[in-house]
Amino acid sequence: MEPLLHVENLEKRYETGGLFGVTKKVTAFADVSFALRPQTTLALVGASGAGKSTLASCIACLETPTSGRILFEHREITGLNEKQLRAVRPRIQLVFQDPVSSLNPRLNILDIVTEPLNIHRRLSEHEKREHARELLDRVEISWEKVLRNPEELSGGQKQRVAIARALALKPKLLILDEALSALDASVQAQIANLLLDLQCSLGLTYLFITHDLKMAAHLADEIAVMQNGRIVELGAAERVFRNPAHEMTRQLVKAHSGKDLTPGLV
Amino acid sequence: MRYFAARFLQTLFLLVGVSFLTFLFSAMAPGNYVDEMRLNPQISPEALASLRARYQLDQPLPVRYARWLVSLAHGELGYSFAYNTPVAPLLWVRARNTLLLTLTATLITWALALLLGIWSAQTLGRLPDRALSLASAALLAIPDLVLALGLLILAARSGKFPTGGLVSVNFEALSLFEKVRDLANHMTLPIAALVLTTLPVLVRHIRSAMAEVLDAPFLRAAAAHGIPRRKLVYRYALRAAAHPLISLFGFSVGTLLSGSLLVEIVMSWPGLGPLLLEAILARDLYVVIGGVLFSMLFLVLGNFLADLLLYWADPRIRARAGAK
Repeated sequence: MEPLLHVENLEKRYETGGLFGVTKKVTAFADVSFALRPQTTLALVGASGAGKSTLASCIACLETPTSGRILFEHREITGLNEKQLRAVRPRIQLVFQDPVSSLNPRLNILDIVTEPLNIHRRLSEHEKREHARELLDRVEISWEKVLRNPEELSGGQKQRVAIARALALKPKLLILDEALSALDASVQAQIANLLLDLQCSLGLTYLFITHDLKMAAHLADEIAVMQNGRIVELGAAERVFRNPAHEMTRQLVKAHSGKDLTPGLV
Repeated sequence: MRYFAARFLQTLFLLVGVSFLTFLFSAMAPGNYVDEMRLNPQISPEALASLRARYQLDQPLPVRYARWLVSLAHGELGYSFAYNTPVAPLLWVRARNTLLLTLTATLITWALALLLGIWSAQTLGRLPDRALSLASAALLAIPDLVLALGLLILAARSGKFPTGGLVSVNFEALSLFEKVRDLANHMTLPIAALVLTTLPVLVRHIRSAMAEVLDAPFLRAAAAHGIPRRKLVYRYALRAAAHPLISLFGFSVGTLLSGSLLVEIVMSWPGLGPLLLEAILARDLYVVIGGVLFSMLFLVLGNFLADLLLYWADPRIRARAGAK
């Protein structure tokens, strides 16, 4: 099948300093290439500082890569200006790690989930409610909460609202940037299942960024392991998890197996 | 509404407290206006005693405070020994000039600080940000007094700006347009001094508040939705960062006021500053108390305004006030 997203030799370098400071060049990631088929999930796994989130920002067109190409639906999206990006942005949406700072504290739930739609055209009060009802229904948030402020919701509920907001523009690609990491285990499982359901019913493609290899193996079809800004291992999720080839992957597997080896003691 | 009523009562309470404390402290300070005269051998002890009685300096403190309160109710704020007139009208003229200076300076400072602070936050770590950080650090390091004197020297050398006073000698003869220009000319230096001393602190606060908000996931999400950059920064981010900035506004009114006392003295601007200084040196008690009270009133009003803005800007405060 034709890939939805194609990343070729992508590199991002930062330059800090100037004006009496020493100019330092920092490479966030380099030589990153992968393809993502529609309606599948690719997990980017790595320790913090491996360049995963910067990569996500570049794919979401929030940052400009230094070199390389990103093709989305056969179209190069690197180097587009803001006006040209307007057609691309609704197709790629993000869900972030921290449920608290993900939601604008000044808006109620209704406004948060319909905000993206408002950018493209002005909604009537009735339309707004209809859209919100449909979106909140999808993420299983009860309608009574629609006029509440986000601070009145639990962490899991907040993350559901963040997912609803991301779905508002009917995206093809959803970038889940550590979207489960801040939640506790039982809520994590619920949201993970919700994400799998949504993928089936809406035909979504996920780029799932995590440091949790086990969760990656559970959710993803393919896993790419990143270390120091480079992909060191890429393969089918099952194979990477069961039979890791790279030292970094083995370390990540080991991080979990500690619990698994002593089931009686947990 | 109850929120405002509560705030108003607090303000009133604060003013009464301040008036009492200034009264108490000035009474505790050694010496008074009449004591200075005692050094003059031409004034007889009897005359001194009668003066002391006339100014009620022989009365105990609570009585003097009570009489002062009565005088306050009459809108007089006590009696100036040196000027031989009720204090209130004396202060009014000076307070108007101080207010003219500080209000203009507040507006200019905030307009500049918002522009520069936001620009700095948007270019975080890059050249404009670093240049602004360097400039504000340099400005912070220069003492206010040196800055004001430096500006004076500049003005004297270039001869472009008057080095003191409110208006020119021939002010009355000028047309309205020329009057405004003349006043603006005289205001330029003191305002430049005030703006330059307050600006760096504000720019730094605005920079850090905006930088924090601009990095928040909900703004990144909004950017990914395709909200235009300008709207994102000025509508969403600025609103989210408004809370600490509005509190800062109240604080900035305070610094501008205390700064203006100094600047007025150095640049001989006929505001509360020079009046207060003379009154303190002459131990003209009620002028000192009145002057302090006026400054306090402006400061408190500035903070009250900040509270109102906060209430308007933050739905969470409104919700909490409504729930009570």
